[in-house]
Amino acid sequence: MSEHNEHARHIVGPGVYLVILLALLVGTALTVWASYVDLGFWNPIIALAIATTKAMLVVLFFMHVWYSNKLTKLAIIAGVFMFLVLISMTLTDYISRAWGQW
Amino acid sequence: MPDNSVSAHGASERTEIAHEEHPAYLRHHFNSTAQQADAAGFAMWLFLLTEVMFFGGLFTAYLVYRNWYYPAFVVGSHQLNVVWGTTNTAVLIFSSFTMAMGVWCAQTRRRRGLVLSLTLTFILGLVFLGIKTVEYREKIEKHHVPGFHYSVQSFLDPQSDPEVYKEYHDKPLVPDMARHTELYFSLYFLMTGMHALHMIIGIGILGFMILRARAGAYTAGHETFVDNFGLYWHFIDIIWIYLFALLYLISRH
Repeated sequence: MSEHNEHARHIVGPGVYLVILLALLVGTALTVWASYVDLGFWNPIIALAIATTKAMLVVLFFMHVWYSNKLTKLAIIAGVFMFLVLISMTLTDYISRAWGQW
Repeated sequence: MPDNSVSAHGASERTEIAHEEHPAYLRHHFNSTAQQADAAGFAMWLFLLTEVMFFGGLFTAYLVYRNWYYPAFVVGSHQLNVVWGTTNTAVLIFSSFTMAMGVWCAQTRRRRGLVLSLTLTFILGLVFLGIKTVEYREKIEKHHVPGFHYSVQSFLDPQSDPEVYKEYHDKPLVPDMARHTELYFSLYFLMTGMHALHMIIGIGILGFMILRARAGAYTAGHETFVDNFGLYWHFIDIIWIYLFALLYLISRH
């Protein structure tokens, strides 16, 4: 661990940032286009999938998590996992209460 | 046994460093500047995770109520302008890019590049808030701000709102469901308002950073503040990415 800390920090250059910028703009165009196509049940799922892909790109490259140490990665994964547990437990409760009535 | 060797190693390292020259910004309770930067970055992430929980509560409320009062949330969402929303998403993505470039400039000690990047980020942040103001004003004019002056006219009689009607041809809602559009707008203002508050705080800090960067701060090896502010700014961008999808897009078709 202490050895790891001695390493010079990885510097992410403009090239990577430019590629991510373009990917995010393409993702935005794609999600706006997809929202106008009637896919019924799949519309929100696709919108959230694209949003999550964009968020992952921001976290991994703009926020340098791809290059960060294990402690930071683990803390983020634990935090997001905790959030997903909370939200899915809440939603299973609300969705199952009116089961069969929709 | 392993404990002893670790502490002995740590102690010798500490005495070694105490006698060495070190940058003025290295606090004495850290072994190295890299360790100090790692600790600061980790702490920033812990703060951002509390923010995830904070916004997560709002997102959960939105999903639960959308599930309950689906028709009201769909017509409420049709009141939002996708062109403004998309423009703002692009503005915020560009501002994240300029902020990332600012971090790179600080790391590679480019003072003018850093000032330029931070200034562009500052301006794009203001553009975002300007567009948000235009959107908020339209809601105020149409009495779609929750409260005493809230009006369900657009939802009881969609044809009275020709601009939205010609695009979506919404059917009138029964009064009970129409009332629940107020809930959609409550969540809309709460979520975008909290997001905007984070933007305002961020823009304030950016102003401070621009002044400091012009004086040569952050480009002499100690760029932790810029790094961590970058994390904050990108986090706000991520929140907007989800707000845009949930508030503007998923009820569009």
